[in-house]
Amino acid sequence: MNRFAALLDRLAYEPRRNAKLRLLMDYFRHTPDPDRGYALAAMTGALMFKEAKPGLIRGLVEERTDPVLFRMSYHYVGDLAETTALIWPAPGHESVAPASAEPAIGHNNPPPHVPTISEVVETLATTSKSDLPARVAEWMDALDETGRWALIKLITRELRVGVSARLAKTAVAQLGGFEPDEVELIWHGLEPPYEDLFAWVEGRGEKPESGNPAPFRPPMLSHPLEDEDFEKLDASEFMAEWKWDGIRLQAVSGHGSDGRPVRKIYSRTGEDVSRAFPDLVEALTFEGAIDGELLIVREGRVQSFNVLQQRLNRKAVTPKLIAEFPAHLRVYDILTEGDEDLRNLPFRERRQRLEALVARMGDPRIDLSPMVPFGSWDELAAARSDPASVGAGPDADAIEGCMIKRANSPYLPGRPKGYWYKWKRDPYLVDAVMMYGQRGHGKRSSFYSDYTFGVWRDGPGGEELVPVGKAYHGFTDEELVKLDRYVRNHTVNRFGPVREVEYGKDRGLVLEVAFEGLQRSTRHKSGVAMRFPRINRIRWDKPAAEADRIETLEKILERGEKEVYPLKAQKARREEA
Amino acid sequence: MALRSTDILTQTPQGLYCPLGDFHIDPVRPVKRALITHGHSDHARSGHRAVMATRETLLIMGVRYGADFADTTQEAPLGESLRVGDVTVRFTPAGHVLGSAQISIEAGGTRVVVSGDYKRAEDPTCLSYELVPCDVFITEATFGLPVFRHPDTRGEVRKLLDSVALFPERAHIVGAYALGKAQRVMALLREEGYEKPIYLHGAMERLTEFYKSEGIPLGETPKVVAAERPKLAGAIVICPPSSIQDLWSRRFPDPVTCFASGWMRVRARARQKGVELPLVISDHSDWDDLCRTIRETGAGEVWVTHGQEDALVHWCMTHGIKARPLHMLGYGDEGEAEEAPATAEAGETA
Repeated sequence: MNRFAALLDRLAYEPRRNAKLRLLMDYFRHTPDPDRGYALAAMTGALMFKEAKPGLIRGLVEERTDPVLFRMSYHYVGDLAETTALIWPAPGHESVAPASAEPAIGHNNPPPHVPTISEVVETLATTSKSDLPARVAEWMDALDETGRWALIKLITRELRVGVSARLAKTAVAQLGGFEPDEVELIWHGLEPPYEDLFAWVEGRGEKPESGNPAPFRPPMLSHPLEDEDFEKLDASEFMAEWKWDGIRLQAVSGHGSDGRPVRKIYSRTGEDVSRAFPDLVEALTFEGAIDGELLIVREGRVQSFNVLQQRLNRKAVTPKLIAEFPAHLRVYDILTEGDEDLRNLPFRERRQRLEALVARMGDPRIDLSPMVPFGSWDELAAARSDPASVGAGPDADAIEGCMIKRANSPYLPGRPKGYWYKWKRDPYLVDAVMMYGQRGHGKRSSFYSDYTFGVWRDGPGGEELVPVGKAYHGFTDEELVKLDRYVRNHTVNRFGPVREVEYGKDRGLVLEVAFEGLQRSTRHKSGVAMRFPRINRIRWDKPAAEADRIETLEKILERGEKEVYPLKAQKARREEA
Repeated sequence: MALRSTDILTQTPQGLYCPLGDFHIDPVRPVKRALITHGHSDHARSGHRAVMATRETLLIMGVRYGADFADTTQEAPLGESLRVGDVTVRFTPAGHVLGSAQISIEAGGTRVVVSGDYKRAEDPTCLSYELVPCDVFITEATFGLPVFRHPDTRGEVRKLLDSVALFPERAHIVGAYALGKAQRVMALLREEGYEKPIYLHGAMERLTEFYKSEGIPLGETPKVVAAERPKLAGAIVICPPSSIQDLWSRRFPDPVTCFASGWMRVRARARQKGVELPLVISDHSDWDDLCRTIRETGAGEVWVTHGQEDALVHWCMTHGIKARPLHMLGYGDEGEAEEAPATAEAGETA
């Protein structure tokens, strides 16, 4: 466990990808089976413990510490695993214990046994729920701060040391000089502790069979388009399609060794999400792998992201949920068809294959993302600013910009440069006044980095600020330091991790907030909820009295509603007339 | 009849004020008479008319602000009782940095101790903390959360030396506050047997020379010459925290970014600063020592000046000790005050 803990500790402080890769390879090279395999499983999210849950750790630490001190510490540190690892009281640590606790009696026990990662994983998998807390507490007493931190991360299955499953697999592949894709393709047939995989990459064994006839392939990602890119890019070499405001999915269909179809739906990170979308899975009547966007379509019309979220947030997928939020896949690329790998074909040819495939399926739940014709960047800019005018029709509101793809681009995993670009719609802007600051989590822990802001409205006692959103990014690290200091020096009230700051007509800090859209919300005092709000600029110069009023947001909202519910808006207009 | 504690000490916008003695302690704005606990710039500011402090603190203020930092100065010899107005004051070692002292104020049978910043851990560069029993104890709470338990400094310094041995082709750039921390790290390195020159950023020079002139052996500490930077492979270089991410430090051969601070206990803090080798070395008390000290003073009432006040106040209350947070502004921003342009976060010193 100490070795694994030391690896995680080093990784957590190492920002460079290549250095991380070297640390991982070094660990895999010098750690025996099955320890290294369980470590790989931990880093790829392949471990699942039925009884060991974050709540177990919480329960243990709560027993031994004063709850108020624990909560304050957690708000400060911003990470449950780390807080617990640091605060865990050695026997007799009176200054953390609840005031009522009996003082611990002297301990003459032999030095506790420090477990290996294999021991930990195997014990967690086999120990009964009632015996587990005692075992975990024993380990916690035996390990040091770093060891406890790693143990908790293992149990809570959130390592968060900046290593993706992809990077861990890449490190294994590179042990034998293989491409990461080769590991990816056999991955779903493998099981921890992966002794056959290590044997293969080290040249001691055969390549394991891919047990999965419908494997995930890493998707191709795009770069945001910058203004200066237009001068460098020749419009005639590119094709464009709408950028849909949904969820990226990969749908894969194949045949098992018994001849039965195997159909899978993966998230863009390779997570198997098939079980959440049985209605889509049954529509995968092709053989191959296609890439597209998950949307909710009702009566032929794409619904807003807000509606999509209502399907995503449910644990149980009931027939009622499916009927109410029918899943739809709007496809834009094809990776394989039958046994044929199409990823090296140019985009233009893949598109033809995709169009033919979709036409053959003839299923309304799977359709093509239409191409957006354009002759110049200016023409595309016009289409982007008004999708409805160039054929997007009632779906225009679910469009968040354009995707621009080089016509000859192969399908490459990752985010290769020069092929695909995303050109998002310009955000809305509003000037709001900071009202509360909250301590952040993770990298931002102990900084006041989450800001609630408000706009003016008429209240019973005159003009008042009403909170309209909360943002925690958009600013630089230097600006964060200044905002943090602003919150600390202008605090008028404290509520745990939240501080209320000074605001009013003649005082307060104006934040220019950018956001992607607005929805009506009954949960918010102001009645509106923002999508992706972020701090666009800090207006140190602007008096709070000159910030925007709620009417500015109401106008944006009404404009949006006319597009989403044109009939309702027409009816309202008729009634007005 | 015993006086109430607030007759002896109250809070004013300038800082803590003793009405009976007509003086402030560590005021953040210029005042008529100031008693100063130690030389960090958030506690020892220039521009007061009369200043009373230990000999070392007066000298440090002179090094930092020039000899005319106040109209008049008076040395407070450690352990001696002095009459100021209607109270008796006494300076006692606080163990924080060279010259640092707690100030106890007595009147009418009540003793209030203003501890300033203090630590109980061993430090080869200053006198150890001395316990002063009192009725009211005024404490800081920079590390006033139970997640802060400072480890043995030797282990941290060995971590640095191990890394230097492992990467002899790289320079190790150690961020450390210019007063106290920097010299403590140098002294600890010497105690661990490191004999090579320890290179200093220019901002470290004057105070390090002052420490040496006070008889603290720090060995050879040459100033880094700009043109020499690329040649300092394998060297240990000490600089202000703000310089570890500066262009200045990038000119060294493949620098390893280190930072000696109690804040390094929290991973996010180390990552925020881009630190690759965190060294948990603090000149403040950790949680356990804060609690232990409060108990040992026997104080029935505790005031918490700055830092993580709420947790420490909570601990006092649950242990039957009256306590209140003062929410004082202007302290604990030493890193900022000392190093323009500011990069250290508000609310923190080493």
